Amino acid sequence: MTQSEALKKYQFQPEDFQLAQHRDALEVDQVMPARPAWKDSINLFLRNKGAVIGIICIVIITLFAIFAPMLSSWKYDDINTSIQNISPCAQHWFGTDTLGRDLWVRLWQGTRISLFVAVAAILIDVVIGVTYGMISGYFGGKVDSVMQRIQEVINSIPTLVVLTILLMVMKSNLFTIIMALAFTEWIGMSRITRAQVLKTKEEEFVLASRTLGAGSFFIIFKEILPNIYSQMIIMVMMSIPNAIFYEAYLSFVGLGLPIPEASLGTLINDGFNTLTITPYQMTIPVIVFSILMLSFNLVGDGLRDALDPTMKEM
Amino acid sequence: MSEQPILEVKNLKQYFKVSRKFTVKAVDGISFKIMPGQTYGLVGESGSGKSTTGRSIIRLYKPTDGEVIFNGKNISGQMTKEELKLLRTKMQMIFQDPMACLNPRRKVMDIIAEGLDIHKEYKTEQEREQKVYDMLELVGLSKEHANRYPHQFSGGQRQRIGIARALVMRPQLVIADEAISALDVSIQAQVVNLMKKIQKKTNTAYLFIAHDLSMVKYISDHIGVLHLGHLVETGTTDEIFNNPIHPYTKSLLSAIPEPNPRVEKTRKSQSYDYETSGIDYHKGTEHHVEGTHYVLATDEEFAQWTK
Repeated sequence: MTQSEALKKYQFQPEDFQLAQHRDALEVDQVMPARPAWKDSINLFLRNKGAVIGIICIVIITLFAIFAPMLSSWKYDDINTSIQNISPCAQHWFGTDTLGRDLWVRLWQGTRISLFVAVAAILIDVVIGVTYGMISGYFGGKVDSVMQRIQEVINSIPTLVVLTILLMVMKSNLFTIIMALAFTEWIGMSRITRAQVLKTKEEEFVLASRTLGAGSFFIIFKEILPNIYSQMIIMVMMSIPNAIFYEAYLSFVGLGLPIPEASLGTLINDGFNTLTITPYQMTIPVIVFSILMLSFNLVGDGLRDALDPTMKEM
Repeated sequence: MSEQPILEVKNLKQYFKVSRKFTVKAVDGISFKIMPGQTYGLVGESGSGKSTTGRSIIRLYKPTDGEVIFNGKNISGQMTKEELKLLRTKMQMIFQDPMACLNPRRKVMDIIAEGLDIHKEYKTEQEREQKVYDMLELVGLSKEHANRYPHQFSGGQRQRIGIARALVMRPQLVIADEAISALDVSIQAQVVNLMKKIQKKTNTAYLFIAHDLSMVKYISDHIGVLHLGHLVETGTTDEIFNNPIHPYTKSLLSAIPEPNPRVEKTRKSQSYDYETSGIDYHKGTEHHVEGTHYVLATDEEFAQWTK
């Protein structure tokens, strides 16, 4: 009784009630500032520590490869038999080899050549391989059949045969090696591209584009290409070590670089001969080589993730 | 009926050559008309050629035979540049799978503005943005969604984006190819109501392709029943639902579940098998029932069914 009487007496005042939640707190949605997609990608790439370390390593190694041979007082092909097989010391930072050549200079000279081969391999892959695969996959039908047969014919010729024939008419130098790479290296890339394009071009969003009147050019570059980036990048990153190894292998069988030149591959092969006596001759180029490979792989992974917007969390 | 139809399909045929000996006749001579601002529902079982019809009309396929007249222009053969532009801007399509029909690598802003980009229908960047924002608002999304990627949306929202992409070109005809089949029932209702609302506002005609008869009944003014590439019966929604003539239509209608469990218990679905029914669609001709109601039958069949 007393309770209900008390309630009757009580008059509600306007201040008695408050909003349970502050109204402003409900409006969490806000207009995201319009940012181009590539800025998102760069941000995402920089957030990936491994990829950043990788790219820093590649930059440092590249800088060394460019400037170290210029700044050193030794030349990579200076033979001096009085200083054979010196261990690393203040004068020869990485020691000398069996002919008394300074290994510090030779190492960076070799890295230069290997990086050059790697870059050439990327360009060949992307320019020839991707273009070929795209055209073949996108247009399909007779175009595809003809292009695939041509590719099979080229693929069936062993690279070594191609190179031997090339060496009959051309000098044994870096350009010849890159020519030989150009002849066969793009095939894997074009196959992957073609398969991806075939898969993507049947997707409904491509049909949707077509109903909006998009031309082939627009569809290839705006609809298909962004969706096959990741596979492309993985392939490119895989083909870099391949190209460097291939160059080393050619040097080993004597079809590669002429003798005084150096590449990481030739340095490792030379050092391998005297591994038990002068281990530093092989270990140092192997370490640089490994760091380079690892960095390329890390950067490849980072790029793949950064270009995939589904990996982003808002 | 003095108004000119926005779309007129005459004897459309779409064959696919599988091998030298075998040809699939996906659509085998169908004819219908759509008036401006109306909805034509195309129903039929899986593989009856509904989607193929839609895709032939919008020229994702090249029709084998027949005529498609859109806005008074024939768009079934070789088209001039202007006709092509008319087709690509004034006829649009909404796709079935809301996940697959949006490019996962592009932002909503770019997806919706794609048509504008292709046909260069804006002068400044602001105008483009404004058009996209307006369209997002129309389909019940807001402008903060413009800078997101498709995977950040739910199925219903994605379908709205698909609708926005189609409508930003201010089309006169939208082909909705099973636009709601991939959504759950409450979202289906949302999307269908949205489409109806937009139709009232913009007077767009729809070609609504579906297999869900109750949804088709709700949205359509006219219905065409498609079976094995033949249009077996066509008419207004009332005509078809109140007076089905063709046994296939009857069988389809009898398969709709009743909400009332007592009625549902006694509902008998009629089965229809083309092989054993003795009906040959190739021999049938169009018979006029009443109004706009037509049925595909031979004379004897027609007499027998309408008895």
